[in-house]
Amino acid sequence: MSRTVKGRLFTRLWPNATALLLFTGFVFPVYWMFSTALKPDSDIISEEPVWFPSSPTFEHFATVVRAENFWSLVRNSVTVTLLAVGLSLLIALFAAFALARMRFRGRRSVVLTFMVAQMAPWEVMVIAIYMTVRDADMLNSLVPLTLFYTVMVLPLTILTLRSYVAAVPKELEESAMVDGCGRTQAFRKVIFPLLAPGLMATSLFGFITAWNEFPMVLILNKDPHAQTLPLWLSRFQTAFGDDWGATMAAASLFALPILLLFLYLQRKAVGGLTAGAVKG
Amino acid sequence: MSVQTHEAPPPVRSTPRQPHPEDGPRGKPDPRGGGLPYLLLLPALAATAVLLGWPLVTNGLLSFQNLNMAQLIQHVTEWTGTDNYRDTLGSEDFWRVTLRSVLFTVVNVFLIMLCGTLTGLLLARLGSRMRLLLSVGLVLAWAMPVIAGTTVYQWLFAQRFGVVNWVLDAAGFHSMADYNWTGGQLSTFFVISLLIVWTSVPFVAVNLYAATTTIPRELYEAAALDGASARQSFMTVTLPFLKPFLLVTTFLEVIWIFKAFPHIFAINEGGPDRLTETLPVYAFVEGVGNQHYGMGAAISVLTILILLALMSYHLRLAMRQEEDEL
Repeated sequence: MSRTVKGRLFTRLWPNATALLLFTGFVFPVYWMFSTALKPDSDIISEEPVWFPSSPTFEHFATVVRAENFWSLVRNSVTVTLLAVGLSLLIALFAAFALARMRFRGRRSVVLTFMVAQMAPWEVMVIAIYMTVRDADMLNSLVPLTLFYTVMVLPLTILTLRSYVAAVPKELEESAMVDGCGRTQAFRKVIFPLLAPGLMATSLFGFITAWNEFPMVLILNKDPHAQTLPLWLSRFQTAFGDDWGATMAAASLFALPILLLFLYLQRKAVGGLTAGAVKG
Repeated sequence: MSVQTHEAPPPVRSTPRQPHPEDGPRGKPDPRGGGLPYLLLLPALAATAVLLGWPLVTNGLLSFQNLNMAQLIQHVTEWTGTDNYRDTLGSEDFWRVTLRSVLFTVVNVFLIMLCGTLTGLLLARLGSRMRLLLSVGLVLAWAMPVIAGTTVYQWLFAQRFGVVNWVLDAAGFHSMADYNWTGGQLSTFFVISLLIVWTSVPFVAVNLYAATTTIPRELYEAAALDGASARQSFMTVTLPFLKPFLLVTTFLEVIWIFKAFPHIFAINEGGPDRLTETLPVYAFVEGVGNQHYGMGAAISVLTILILLALMSYHLRLAMRQEEDEL
């Protein structure tokens, strides 16, 4: 009797126990990043790890913020990311509308082109990109970065937006046109407002991709004033001589916007993410 | 398989404006003529052609050039025919790196799909509160920027004061107390793989869970009525339903892992002694690091060819799923 009770208890408990264990495993690195950033040096360089920052301090964040070029790096990253996301949304809106609402020759091959472009191996093309940008005399500039990031996020933006446009009932648009709206007006007044969740999901993806991009800025922009945060962060630990508190503070500052955005948009965006296959 | 209904290319050569059952406003021809869709697509296609197509062509051209530091500085173009390819394909290094890349991909994708599927199925079993908790954990790992992730893993596995070494020491493995994880090939790969699995599992798990929610309840009820055990209903209902998703996701992961660059490069730059270079890192180190740009381009062309083969298979799978949409 007691054995079956135990067995039943076990079948009820093991999923929850496993979930807790998994949760710990997935969260721990993130937790350790934030907690290290908040700990005083004596707690970081200790023979026994200090699991909870009992006397939190912001000194590491101060070190990071005062670091050379920090604010120009932030400005670079924000500029490049926002411009790339905005540009690709604009371009994609036209393309998505055409692909979702119009029938024309070559539609299938256009969709295929974007599906292939979505998987473009940018990481492997950096040498050619370097040569192209160098020949255009635009090394150490934010312009090529912005343009390449735009095209990097463009295919998925188009494909995702296309399914959102297609999901807007055609009747709405038609009735607007019956009421005297032009096609442009119908798009602006009817479809566009309904696309808001789609725009959010796709801009989230674009934001992450551009914010995180590493190989291209690594090869294109050697000048510290033209770098972005990922490149700077990858060298932080070496540059600051194993100052793990400051390194983790830098990583936290870099990751925080994305983590917040993701948590906030997760529920709204998850449909779009599923459709578009986002790699974090 | 309904795609043929609307995608059989019209045999007519005239403008593509002929009324179509699903055409714009109830099949009425668009007054602005057939050029509008092309005009709307022009910016997207032009940007892709210039910024993606042209570098690809350049990549091909570079791979037939002798382009080292001297030629780079003097801006001279020296064509060498297929020398770069002959050197690359003839070198033992290239084949060793290729084999390493394949093994790296296979091991990581296997782990990701296994852990991702199990986690996704677990999500489906949990009560709503635990499911939310685990989802939050997964989303945090998923959203973590790659370079923040590599930095944190370097700290977790740091030789001195790293928490992993401390835990191993406390667990009785005293030889691990001052272990240098980035000092050896396998241990470096272990750190990289753990990082990759950690960031990739959430994608598979969350999407797999989303896929399970679309399985109609009635199928399980019918299976239960027929006296199916939990195991049987899993094998006959859940698994067949998830199979297309699993197939497509596996291939997507294969492509992603095969071309992974920042994870490997930021952890140890392909070291120690270039022993953790996979093909993309190898192309970068040969081309940019050692300033054999032509060589690097040839390696990257070969890598892209492998990726294209993988992609064409993936696209065929994905198209089968998306046929209705196309």
